Amino acid sequence: MYPFSYERATDAGQAISVVAANPRAAFIAGGTELVNWLKEGIVQPRQLVDINAVHSLAAIDVGPAGLRIGALARMSDVAAHPVVRRSYPVITEALVKSASPQLRNMASMGGNLLQRTRCPYFRADAALPCNKRTPGTGCAAISGHDRHTALFGWSDACIATHPSDVAVALAALDAIVHVQGPGGERAISLDAFYRLPGDRPWDDTTLRHGELITAIEVPASAVAARSHYLKVRERASYEFALVSAAVGIDVDGATIRAVRIALGGVAPMPWRLREAETALRGRPFTAAAARAAVDGAFDDARPRRENAFKVELAKRAVVRAMIALGAVV
Amino acid sequence: MSIGMALTRKDGPLKVTGGADYTADMQVAGLLYGVFAASTVPSATIAALDTQAAESAPGVVQVVTHRNAPRLHAVSAPAAMTFLPLQGDQVHYEGQPIALVVADSLERATYAASLVRPRYDVTPARMDIREALDAATTVTQGYDEPDTAIGDPVAGFRSAAARVAQRYTLGFRHHNPMEPSATTALWDGDHLTMYDATQHVFGVRTVLAQAFGLPLEQVRVISHFLGGGFGCKGYVWPHQILTALAARQVGRPVKLVLTRAQMYAACGYQTETIHDVALGASPDGRLRAITHDVVYANAITDDFPEYAAAGTRAMYACPAIATRHRAVKINTIQPTAMRAPNEGMGNVALESAMDELAYEVGLDPLELRLRNYTDTDPTSGKPFSSKKLREAYQLGAERFGWATRSPDPRTMRDGHELVGYGMASCLMTTYRNPSAARVRIHADGSVLVESGAQEIGTGVRTIMPQIAAAALGVDVSRVEMALGDTTLPEAGPTYGSSSTMGVGSAVADAAVNLRSVILRLAVEDPLSPLYEAPIGDLDIRDGRISSTDHARTDTLEAIVRRSGRDVIAADGVWAPGSEESSYALFSFGAVFVEARVDEDFGIVRVARCVGAYSAGRIINPTTARSQMTGGMIWGIGQALLEHSETDRALGRFLSKNLSGYLVPVNADIGQLEAYFVDEYDPHASAIGARGIGELGATGVAAAVANAVYHATGRRVRDLPIVPEKLL
Repeated sequence: MYPFSYERATDAGQAISVVAANPRAAFIAGGTELVNWLKEGIVQPRQLVDINAVHSLAAIDVGPAGLRIGALARMSDVAAHPVVRRSYPVITEALVKSASPQLRNMASMGGNLLQRTRCPYFRADAALPCNKRTPGTGCAAISGHDRHTALFGWSDACIATHPSDVAVALAALDAIVHVQGPGGERAISLDAFYRLPGDRPWDDTTLRHGELITAIEVPASAVAARSHYLKVRERASYEFALVSAAVGIDVDGATIRAVRIALGGVAPMPWRLREAETALRGRPFTAAAARAAVDGAFDDARPRRENAFKVELAKRAVVRAMIALGAVV
Repeated sequence: MSIGMALTRKDGPLKVTGGADYTADMQVAGLLYGVFAASTVPSATIAALDTQAAESAPGVVQVVTHRNAPRLHAVSAPAAMTFLPLQGDQVHYEGQPIALVVADSLERATYAASLVRPRYDVTPARMDIREALDAATTVTQGYDEPDTAIGDPVAGFRSAAARVAQRYTLGFRHHNPMEPSATTALWDGDHLTMYDATQHVFGVRTVLAQAFGLPLEQVRVISHFLGGGFGCKGYVWPHQILTALAARQVGRPVKLVLTRAQMYAACGYQTETIHDVALGASPDGRLRAITHDVVYANAITDDFPEYAAAGTRAMYACPAIATRHRAVKINTIQPTAMRAPNEGMGNVALESAMDELAYEVGLDPLELRLRNYTDTDPTSGKPFSSKKLREAYQLGAERFGWATRSPDPRTMRDGHELVGYGMASCLMTTYRNPSAARVRIHADGSVLVESGAQEIGTGVRTIMPQIAAAALGVDVSRVEMALGDTTLPEAGPTYGSSSTMGVGSAVADAAVNLRSVILRLAVEDPLSPLYEAPIGDLDIRDGRISSTDHARTDTLEAIVRRSGRDVIAADGVWAPGSEESSYALFSFGAVFVEARVDEDFGIVRVARCVGAYSAGRIINPTTARSQMTGGMIWGIGQALLEHSETDRALGRFLSKNLSGYLVPVNADIGQLEAYFVDEYDPHASAIGARGIGELGATGVAAAVANAVYHATGRRVRDLPIVPEKLL
């Protein structure tokens, strides 16, 4: 057996010091991810510190400057929050298209960011060649089925995608992840929070051991207020995205003042199309302009054998999200 | 009359309150837990097997391997496979058990199983039938003809003005019942009791008696409820036998529940099929020739006969029809029947081809079917026992609104969605199994139907009381059913859509016999008001026996009480007769689908599915409707989502979980409508019924594919229809 101890913390500092002191310790919040990993043998922690009773982490605070979502806020609570629905619709839409109602009631926002890939080789019932799961064992997806894999940012060590929906929405809104660790607090942009696999695909994030996500900050903006999440998936519900697009737009008459575009299902992390965003500034708010800009943003896409269709799918997802936000067809 | 009543399930409250005792819920004293360690390679000799760590892990009682397991006797049908793991050092498929760890808790057994360390001499494996299509061979051992031919297809095609010749392919699918397979084995000396999640308690009894060399009377098998099966619990698999073996080894009861992942390599799958279909027709659409050749995957260890072209033999009037089945062996567990076998796959190919022919000759797809309607089975030449498919076509088309369809593809649109209407005929062979039943009436007037049938979720506990109540003349609320136990009268398996016909006819027979016993008791009882009444003048309604003139009455309770017995029982039996020498027995239907295809994303959603069926007499419209709508959902999954990928390098099914193997969820399902044509089949069974359960899962996938073509102009001949095939 792989016995582990379990304890409840009521204070963030206390939880952090316990986890920091033990390299085999881990935080547990909603448990909707970690328990799966435990059951599949993907991780074997020796100590679990339950942070559900650290109530200070559960708040959702709104103000003129933005939104501060406590790491322990449940997905369902964030999705239902009236200010989130009104002023950050892309967040609500991404959340309600995630998982199932039961899971959303349990899963924490901090834990959502830390989801690991749904690559079937990583999630297998047996330990298959997977550098993300067992460093140094190779990547079975590279020579096997790669339909679900990344277009951008992958390496020869790992071609997996990141599964979160709301992380894509948060990436589009330039969210900041607040973390607290034994050495104090840090604020990390969502872009810098995730890391590409390179030759170290087992590290999904730049979070250090013992660091705890305390909150996600989302700046208020015009693009946040007019935003949309579009998720393309084969099954109508309870399914990860083939591709998804989080788009926020700010227009001046018929002209784009600012736009944010992030894609899901195409990379090891939420994938911002910054070139397209820049190209669209000052351009007419039309589907054609969006398509032209997005076409240019895929030059560095590296599609593989079975996933090449996702290139066109992702481009169309962005355009459709723009149309849903009012782009002229 | 309780037959035909739309009753809700009698066991519904038990199921929703947790009172239903499913196999894995069974608690027995002194229980140990079995967990398999399984091969991670598809073909090998086990060169070494280190079980030391597993044996010394906490709570472990024994680690059973091929080195210490006693040798079992050979098993045969209804065993799913004759090859048994833990009997030798050969590995033929990934997931094959190499050890069975028995421990005092599930967790400890699971952990210890992870410590079993094999070393393999790996041998070459084949995972893809396309590598060896030339090596495909005929499976001769089975229950049907692998190849059939009538007329002269070559001449037929020569004379045909219109021709369709295409290849259609369907991938591997897994059954994925909600309840995984579960077994608890208890030995008492040389007597074995099995609590088992099986679609055939008597089949499990037969095979376990074979394996352990026991007389049938020394094996008892119990299965009160099944959480679905769809065929994967139909035959008897190694895990059932090996659990009994382990229990005997350790001298204590052992429970084994397969994990979800293990379900992908322990109890079969629906084989991949490649269909080459050719249709030749005259300019007016009348078929001149049909050929349907199938190649499918079979296991290294055994042969499974999958007659995927069987339905093509009987569907349409045609002077020349040839069908052919060939199999290629691959290194997987044995494939098996899955809702719906045979016709469930071949129908996709034939009905897609018919749709293609409709466009070829410029006919409405429904009109093409009507022009090729037949009242006799063209291959056997026999008339159908009962066929009201013409009425079903009309009923389905009306309810669906088929007449509003615009004939050309890509002509119906709603915003971003292309809208398509598609239809398909369906047909399912009638499988009939002999069954026995007993009906008992107690002194309080309550009635118990007994038959060793299984409740798989279809409503056996509801419709059998309806049949008994009708024959006996009591209110159905007074009738309950005991099932799922080999100590009860022997019933057939719960597969092949056969229970209503077999068990239902036996129950009707038993109830009629009981009625005779009761009436005789009444007229021979000087204390009964009916004393010496002519039996032919008596009628039973609502538990009260009356003479024709209603002048004299008595009750069933009073008769039982006065008999001095607690219970009066009568047995009944039913077996298929020689009907098949005179008639072709099939159920039929017509399915109409509205598909909506997001033009940008290639995502297909089925907005509406309407099925109209010619399936004999319907005992309970509510449970029957559930079967058909469940079948439609099954068909929608087949059309759009379900597919077990194999990884050729690793030699395994890739995603062994419900995250990687997609089945429809509620959000995928639009409006479903199922209708039955009023019908009584006098030949298929004693109660006018035919089979329905598998019929519902046929026709749907073809209708979806045809609707997708109508919507988009894209013909997808490879299921499932995933977005990249439409972009």
